[in-house]
Amino acid sequence: MQEFVYQRPETLAAAVAALGEGDARVLAGGTDLVPQLREGRRQAARIIDLKFVPELTEIAATAEGGVAIGAAATAASVARHPLVAARYPAVAQSVQLIGGTQVQNRASLGGNICNAAPSADGVPALIAHAARAQIAGPAGRREMSVEAVFAGPGRTTLAPGELLVAIVLPLPAPRAAAAYLRFTPRREMDIAVAGAGAWIRLGADGAIAEARIALASVAPTPIRAPTAEAKLKGARPSAALFEAAGRRAAQDARPISDTRGSADYRRKLTAVLTARALSQCAAQLGSEVAVA
Amino acid sequence: MKTLLSCTVNGEEHDVLADTRDTLLDLLRDRLGLTGTKEGCGNGNCGTCTVLMDGAPVNACLVLACEAPGRRIVTIEGLATGDALHPLQQALVEHGGTQCGFCTPGILMSAKALLEENPRPTEEEIRRAIAGNLCRCTGYRKIVEAIAAVAAAQG
Repeated sequence: MQEFVYQRPETLAAAVAALGEGDARVLAGGTDLVPQLREGRRQAARIIDLKFVPELTEIAATAEGGVAIGAAATAASVARHPLVAARYPAVAQSVQLIGGTQVQNRASLGGNICNAAPSADGVPALIAHAARAQIAGPAGRREMSVEAVFAGPGRTTLAPGELLVAIVLPLPAPRAAAAYLRFTPRREMDIAVAGAGAWIRLGADGAIAEARIALASVAPTPIRAPTAEAKLKGARPSAALFEAAGRRAAQDARPISDTRGSADYRRKLTAVLTARALSQCAAQLGSEVAVA
Repeated sequence: MKTLLSCTVNGEEHDVLADTRDTLLDLLRDRLGLTGTKEGCGNGNCGTCTVLMDGAPVNACLVLACEAPGRRIVTIEGLATGDALHPLQQALVEHGGTQCGFCTPGILMSAKALLEENPRPTEEEIRRAIAGNLCRCTGYRKIVEAIAAVAAAQG
């Protein structure tokens, strides 16, 4: 491992300044970064520990009625937070899929995003909820959708010197629900072969007024499934609709074949997981829609 | 680069000269001689190096030694009281829940954290709590039974 200096800034401004000096990497939970450093897959002259910046670890209600999750907040703290657990159960459940207890006690939600794995289990539920990513850097603050943070496997659209500050979940809409499902050969300590997150909002007429589908492990980044979303919009929840949306999502996917599964298998999983995630959303909204 | 770290391990204060590149596992084993904590995979998959940090189980191989100051670290050496085994250790002995023994320290730390947070866990909760601890001898049943027996005895 290359020599490095360990720094522990206590304000966001100090963290941005330290990162701006270059040849640095930020450390939150370290569950990805520490093995990357030890195995020589990443190198940096300075490691900037973000966990002593209150803004980066806090989870708090926003003025708009949503919740802001500090990027360095641990998966365990996200899952246990009463506001997250009560208003965004799909987020609370999905972060509990990241590794085992030991990893969840350290791994941050921001790191799950910024490590930019296509399989990141914490991400599809965030995208489905239309979560926003707040960024700070030498040029000030900016904000983007969570999906816009991803550039490719292991790469983000953050500029040099920028860091993720918080993930902001919007005010929960009435008659809306979300779910995330993944497929792994083993139930625990495994990486998703495919995953699907869904969010739907019903209108006063009982039809789907809005829908978002987010897919994991079936493209170079987590992606939305636009044709599946279009299929859902304006339609009434039914098994046939959810299965059709699943088939659309399978076509929106751009999977590769690798050791975890073939592209064809991943498309089939995408169809099933999407339909089942939609079915779970419907169940939360009080209607049983049984899908295959 | 050498760095002087002040840390609390098993209730004792230590001032220890470490390398900034040391992991918490290196600090415990190589600098403090606490070799009860084992290194398995070295990348956070096996849980063999599990220790408690402010009461929460973490993989010591994924924590930098520099992060230890200000935290309370408890290792397997902190479980027994003198020659008296901790009830979880005693239960693993009685249930034959140790096979080769290599994963045992990590399992015990995860189990201790579980019972402190949830004194009466279901079997499902026990299995989930040790999901990040791999036993390559492949025998989880006796381990789960041992943890359940301690929980039942604590009533």
